[in-house]
Amino acid sequence: MTRYVMAIDLRRCVGCQTCTAACKNANATPPGVQWRRVLDLETGEFPDVRRSFVPVACMHCDEPPCEEVCPTKATTKRPDGLVAIDYDTCIGCANCVMACPYEARSIVHEVKFAYGDKPIKSEEVRFDPARISVSMKCTFCIDRIDLAAKTGQVPGRDPDVTPACVNSCISGAMAFGDIDDPNSKVSRLLAENKTFRMHEELGTGPGVYYIWDKA
Amino acid sequence: MSTKSGKPRPGDRVGPRQQHNWDWRAASNFIAGGTGGGLLAFAAFASLWGTDVRALLVAGMALIGIGLTCVWFEIGKPWRALNVYRHLATSWMTREAAVAPFVFGSGVLALATGQSLFVLLTGIFGACFVYAQARILAADKGIPAWRHPRCMPVVAATGFAEGASLLAVAAPFVIPQVAGQIAVAAGVLALLLVRVLLWRNYLRGLRGDGAPEGSLRALSAIDGQFLKYGNLLPAILLLVGVLGAPLASPALILAGLVAVAGGWWFKYTLVRRAAYTQGFAIPHLPVRGRGTAGPAVKPGWGGA
Repeated sequence: MTRYVMAIDLRRCVGCQTCTAACKNANATPPGVQWRRVLDLETGEFPDVRRSFVPVACMHCDEPPCEEVCPTKATTKRPDGLVAIDYDTCIGCANCVMACPYEARSIVHEVKFAYGDKPIKSEEVRFDPARISVSMKCTFCIDRIDLAAKTGQVPGRDPDVTPACVNSCISGAMAFGDIDDPNSKVSRLLAENKTFRMHEELGTGPGVYYIWDKA
Repeated sequence: MSTKSGKPRPGDRVGPRQQHNWDWRAASNFIAGGTGGGLLAFAAFASLWGTDVRALLVAGMALIGIGLTCVWFEIGKPWRALNVYRHLATSWMTREAAVAPFVFGSGVLALATGQSLFVLLTGIFGACFVYAQARILAADKGIPAWRHPRCMPVVAATGFAEGASLLAVAAPFVIPQVAGQIAVAAGVLALLLVRVLLWRNYLRGLRGDGAPEGSLRALSAIDGQFLKYGNLLPAILLLVGVLGAPLASPALILAGLVAVAGGWWFKYTLVRRAAYTQGFAIPHLPVRGRGTAGPAVKPGWGGA
């Protein structure tokens, strides 16, 4: 079996938001919608303060609450662990938006581009009218993952079939791959480090692991 | 972003924030649909004693219809609305939608034939509709105030209390016997008591288990007035009705309307004002700099 997950090393993330920009460019999300973003947490009191950065997006859960509540079966969990949306089936009821504890989903009802009415070049190429008035979210760059099945490349190792955010990360904080493959980079990272998953107590089984210390 | 308490301020969408995807139209479905389903259930109950409930069936179905119409105007792709029937296995929204044709089908047959079987079926399907609506909210894990295990009972209870309250409004017109009216008043009183107990239990549970501060603030803000005007006032009016004062009928009507308004106010608050997202939290700040991990961070949560 294959189960694609992401490992994010919070010790390495510098909050540069390059992953956010890369995602926006790769997926042409409308203004105000960021499938991937980086939370900026400043805690403590001077002089004992800390600043931490936490990249978040769809967690591609083992038990996705969005899939359970979806009345149309537009949201499905694939055998490889990716949670996908069929834009042609979704009715835009927003029940999945309410069900997601990671604020990963959004619905936009109007066509909007970054600079007014006309799309910039990347938007021209990647704008998808099917995404208007339906639920959308991070896909783990599903088209790239599907390309791997045709080319024989390995997601997480070969950039062509790896999510844009992972490719773009300047500090090497993000890794992607098959957790069921003991030799994958994510499997090695998870074995060598202490990790947690966001809101694990909710029983969603998120597919994103946050590294916070060495094992 | 740090505060004097050392906790991060909920900014930059780190802490819980109020949901804006479900507006008054979605709230209207829970408001009108819950009341309509409850009314159908109690109309069917009243029919067991020979009450002519045709007008009540029409009203109940109309309320459910209004609620569903509001939702239809809310969804992004209304012309694909029939796709809602695709996920009966796990989606309570599908189940709610699946019950609706049975409500209307049996209701129309009840009106057309006058058969008590269809009246009873309409009541049962109405009750199922109320239950399904309550489960829709409970299944939404992204909104802590809805997924709390004590939320579902109070949402269902208020739907039934509102339905019974509308029966009280109609009682002077459709139940001529004083004993019947007293029975309705007593029933509504009991349901209001149940609603209050479940409401207090829910609020206590939220505060005890922890919830987004915005949810606690919104629900706490209506607590006193919901108890006084939404429940105690109609209860007093019902007692006036039960004790047979000269104004028994107006008291029943007024009590019913006030109790319904109280329930609608609660549901609007729950679906709109108290609906805050989970926000983000991390159990450990990462090891960096000085080489030690930091404490857990969960901004924007209160209680517990």
